[in-house]
Amino acid sequence: MPGQIQDSAATRLARPRESPLALGVRRILRRPSSRVAFFVLGVIVLVGLLAPLVAPYNPSAQPDIVGLKDLPPSLAHPFGTDPYSRDVLSRVIYGARLSLMIGVLATIVSLTVGVAYGAISGYAGGFLDAVMMRVLDAFLSIPRLLLLIGVLVAWPNLSIGALVVFLGLTGWFGLSRIVRGQVLALKHAEFVTAAQALGASRRRILWRHLLPNLVSPIVVAATLGVAHVIVLEAGLSYLGIGVPKPLASWGNIIQDGADQVATLWWMSLFPGLFMVLTVMTLNVLGEALRDTYERR
Amino acid sequence: MLRYLAQRLGQAAVIVAIVAAITFALIHLAPGDPFSDMMDNPNVNESVRQTLRAQYGFDRPLPEQFVRYVNSLAHGQLGWSISNQRPVLEVLGSALPNTLLLMGVALVGSFTLGILIALIQVARRGSIIDYTLSGISLFFFSMPDFWLAILTLLTFTYWLPVFPVGGAVDPVMHEYMGLGGRFIDRLWHLALPALTLMLLASAVVARYQRAALLDVLPADYIRTARLKGLTEREILRRHALRNALLPIISLVGLSFPALLTGAFFVEKIFAWPGMGLAVMSAIGTRDYPLVVGGVIIGSIMVTFGSLLSDLLYAWADPRLRSH
Repeated sequence: MPGQIQDSAATRLARPRESPLALGVRRILRRPSSRVAFFVLGVIVLVGLLAPLVAPYNPSAQPDIVGLKDLPPSLAHPFGTDPYSRDVLSRVIYGARLSLMIGVLATIVSLTVGVAYGAISGYAGGFLDAVMMRVLDAFLSIPRLLLLIGVLVAWPNLSIGALVVFLGLTGWFGLSRIVRGQVLALKHAEFVTAAQALGASRRRILWRHLLPNLVSPIVVAATLGVAHVIVLEAGLSYLGIGVPKPLASWGNIIQDGADQVATLWWMSLFPGLFMVLTVMTLNVLGEALRDTYERR
Repeated sequence: MLRYLAQRLGQAAVIVAIVAAITFALIHLAPGDPFSDMMDNPNVNESVRQTLRAQYGFDRPLPEQFVRYVNSLAHGQLGWSISNQRPVLEVLGSALPNTLLLMGVALVGSFTLGILIALIQVARRGSIIDYTLSGISLFFFSMPDFWLAILTLLTFTYWLPVFPVGGAVDPVMHEYMGLGGRFIDRLWHLALPALTLMLLASAVVARYQRAALLDVLPADYIRTARLKGLTEREILRRHALRNALLPIISLVGLSFPALLTGAFFVEKIFAWPGMGLAVMSAIGTRDYPLVVGGVIIGSIMVTFGSLLSDLLYAWADPRLRSH
């Protein structure tokens, strides 16, 4: 029935344009698992943002380094205290703030570099593309953690800003390949040819016509990327080369108790639980987004 | 097949060369040079510094230094480990078998367990069992390797002391054991680190394999098998699993970097004397040649891991075998 087809096409055109991001979020919230994940993540983010209001103590205060150190969990200190008599719950709350912030900022760096590299490689094609892809292969064969260890041991005592940049600079390889593939596939699409025929510049075509088609892989990569950076940062901080020491990140708290894991078990258990919860929710959301975009 | 092999080997060589360039850049971009302590020492006079620089080739132009660097790498010279007072290659080489043993056991174990979990899930798809297993594998999938290792260490050596705390053998008694006793001692020390790494990896395999099986199920040949009157179990085992195993071969290569870094953390926490423990200890002592050596060997392992899985894939897939 041709009339029906025209109808549905007309309604589709008439519907106000919704950004792919909003569409994705709306779609995944239909799933109960995503709703739970969204809620839990929201609470963790809120706790991190409102850390000064939520935390019962000052995270770096050492009230009584003899009498209050190494206390197991109690009502006054639900997550116990550390060898410097600091309250672990308050440190975990401030750690949420720092770890999430590092995750988000590093991912922004990765996305920027990854999209630029992939788009240039795919759009340029030819020899440049081949060279850029071989370099990418090489970067992909260096385990990210090892590369970061190499960098961080070479430049000891980095600031958090520099750490964020390095975390970001080692996280764009996978996305870059996806972006390149998409650009390669869309380069000769009719709407691009049409734009070229209308005299659009290369830059305009990349920004206005290609980039909007890349939103879905970018959103998925961003969500999973934040989760990955949180785990990496914790691992590096645990090794003592991540976030500088007196600051509280989830990995740092675990590191502070690492010498006496058996006696100070609360120092590994609680920050780790928060970390797993955060990473789980991000993974659930990232995969739900991937499913909805792929099904479209 | 031979042509494909040559092509992939060539690609792997290019990758290793670029990795060498990256590590070279890392070494030279870093502040100071290998003896900057000595260089900053006011008691060392300028001519000694010059002699040292000349001796180690630091006064040459960078391209020449790079060629020398690649040349020494090609000869297996990774430099001198300051903290071990031994060549880096020797330190890493003697530790490599332990790492390979740990990774090998974890790899085989995790693929067996992961595929089994995925099969159970797909056989009962949509049921409580499916959801519970999905939740459990997501939990382990989201877990930082070092944290799980700390937890298993705490649980099974302190709270329920069934396994030894660390190391590859009993430090005192191993020498006095018979052949069988030594073997059991080794297994006993391997068990907990290998189990930890296996748990981490099997979560990845289970999730991947479940998706692969579900991808295969709508295929025509599955419908045909169902129409032939095969039971669901036979369909899964004889038709779905066989076809869904192909992607698992590429997963071996894909999961190699994660398995390697997982092994590094597990080795550190369980004091398992492998490459990971050597490199992780080098962080504390700032033994840079050993760290860079670890990066290079790790990358070579990953490159050849993915090469191997590509070749396996080409061999296992009859559609590619003829090429």
